[in-house]
Amino acid sequence: MHSVEIKKLDLNFGSVSVLHNLDLNVHKGEFLVLLGSSGCGKSTLLNCIAGLLDITDGQILINGTNVTWAEPSERGIGMVFQSYALYPQMSVEGNLSFGLKNTKMPKEEIKARVARAAEILQIEPLLSRKPAALSGGQRQRVAIGRALVRDVDVFLFDEPLSNLDAKLRADLRVEIKRLHQQLGNTMIYVTHDQIEAMTLADRIAVMRNGKIMQLASPNEIYNRPRNKYVANFIGSPSMNFLDGQIQDNHFIFEDVKLPLDRYEFSEQPANNCAATIGIRPEHVIVGDLSAKAPYHTQVTVDLVEPMGSDTIVDCTVSGAYFRFRMDGQARVKPGDLVSIGFDPKQASLFDPASELRL
Amino acid sequence: MAEQEIMIGPRGPKPRKTFSRRNIFLYGTLAFIAVYYAIPLYVMTVTSLKGMPEIRLGNIFSPPLEVTFAPWVKAWSQACTGLTCEGLSRGFWNSVQITVPSVIASIIVASINGYALANWRFKGANVFFTILIFGAFIPYQVMLYPLVIMLREIGIYGSLGGLVIVHTIFGMPILTLLFRNYFTSLPEELFKAARVDGAGFWGIYFRIMVPMSLPIFTVAVILQVTGIWNDFLFGIVYTGPENYPMTVQLNNIVNSTQGVQEYNVNMAATIITGLVPLTIYFISGKLFVRGIAAGAVKG
Repeated sequence: MHSVEIKKLDLNFGSVSVLHNLDLNVHKGEFLVLLGSSGCGKSTLLNCIAGLLDITDGQILINGTNVTWAEPSERGIGMVFQSYALYPQMSVEGNLSFGLKNTKMPKEEIKARVARAAEILQIEPLLSRKPAALSGGQRQRVAIGRALVRDVDVFLFDEPLSNLDAKLRADLRVEIKRLHQQLGNTMIYVTHDQIEAMTLADRIAVMRNGKIMQLASPNEIYNRPRNKYVANFIGSPSMNFLDGQIQDNHFIFEDVKLPLDRYEFSEQPANNCAATIGIRPEHVIVGDLSAKAPYHTQVTVDLVEPMGSDTIVDCTVSGAYFRFRMDGQARVKPGDLVSIGFDPKQASLFDPASELRL
Repeated sequence: MAEQEIMIGPRGPKPRKTFSRRNIFLYGTLAFIAVYYAIPLYVMTVTSLKGMPEIRLGNIFSPPLEVTFAPWVKAWSQACTGLTCEGLSRGFWNSVQITVPSVIASIIVASINGYALANWRFKGANVFFTILIFGAFIPYQVMLYPLVIMLREIGIYGSLGGLVIVHTIFGMPILTLLFRNYFTSLPEELFKAARVDGAGFWGIYFRIMVPMSLPIFTVAVILQVTGIWNDFLFGIVYTGPENYPMTVQLNNIVNSTQGVQEYNVNMAATIITGLVPLTIYFISGKLFVRGIAAGAVKG
């Protein structure tokens, strides 16, 4: 049984179709991340699952029960918002117990649950404070606690870390992952941050224009993107693309000739067909080792971006803009000659017309 | 080198001249306007504390030589307002009986209207809202006579209750707009969170929205108390002499054409009538706390 099932979901705002014929199954206990740039419909989809938006067509099932017409509170979901959405006039304890009081739960039970949630999230000393007296990280913890006390099956996170600074975001990311391991609930997490998606997810659904572009494990998405959009969206710095063609099991671009005998085609393309190759900057082999790669060449450095842990180098390969990653301590400067090489096994080939993976 | 030497020349905050042209202009304007507004109040106060012989001397700015509270007493309890000579006291209680229920009723209804319009998308909400906005632009005079007939037909014409209903209805468009705009400005995610937490229409209204809305309730109270207390037209049209509000009685005192014009009594009566809105301003000024929603969303 799936934890959350979405069947042929349509959502229109007036005449604008926001989500169209969308199917999605989330396994029990899975951490699913909905990833996409702003306006792709990921938050809208989450609001539909929560029942905060009425859908135009289709069905939503949670734990096998059809909840398409159910109120948000009857769906067995808890939700954490980007802006925390804590009730400002209530103390932390009031915020945590608000949902339970609405269910007419006995007082002792409420107290026990609030205490347990506070312990898990380590916010016990804050229980009597008002949200205004909390830091951003503490507020977000209380917001998670509000979902936690209700003992729900599915947690919905709507960009919960976007308002926090980088350091705190990294800390809370780890905490959310730990929480998931500890509780084992199903979690659906919306973000535009690919690092959050890669680190947290069991599976990632990359969305664009209200459609799911690819639904797969982070590893699969990174290594075998199903289309050019996903390939370009995932990875920082983003993938290099060269437009050429496939001839006699070689990828040809200007004077670049890459043997493709080790590339795993989804289906063997016709000879002499046009193709785009995508090569991740971090898959480029630099220096002496490059001589052993199936393809290697020498390039002139145009621009260097040192980032401490890595150095990103810009250059041109047969006239095309190309970036690759070097060691953080690499001492290169514009004008230097560098040997680079790569293995087409790690590359991705796309059909330029359909943008699908070959 | 342990200490950096500081160069000779400007250092620290830039000095500001007390008598700069900017300051003279700014404070001069403020002082002028303050005096301009304070003079009528001063004249009223000193005149109300003088006896008639002193007033006849004609110097309206001079302070009273002999302070007397008799005009105040007369204005409150003895001045003639039409046929009766009970002063303003009866009108005061009439006005209280009109203002308090009107303010409470109109604010309760308007805040619920505004909340429903802002947060719950219901069928016909836009039509309803358009009609309300339209209502804010219709001149009152157009409604006067039709309302007289309607009140007469249901048998409450001339009573305080009828006037309360009229005030409640006329406050509706502008107050609903006020509340709708305020509730729209509150973070939408709070409303969503409350729905996920299982609160219903009333639960969200009473336990989430109202506690966060002190500023707008204060504004609404100020608007309504001042508006209804100062109303003259509806008071004279929809009530009878028994139920005249204070403003109508004040007019009767000040505009009476019989006998000597008792300026001191007129002044005292006017100040007494204006005291209620004045008090509301002073009290609510402190209550008017902004940023009550601070801490609800990102900080």
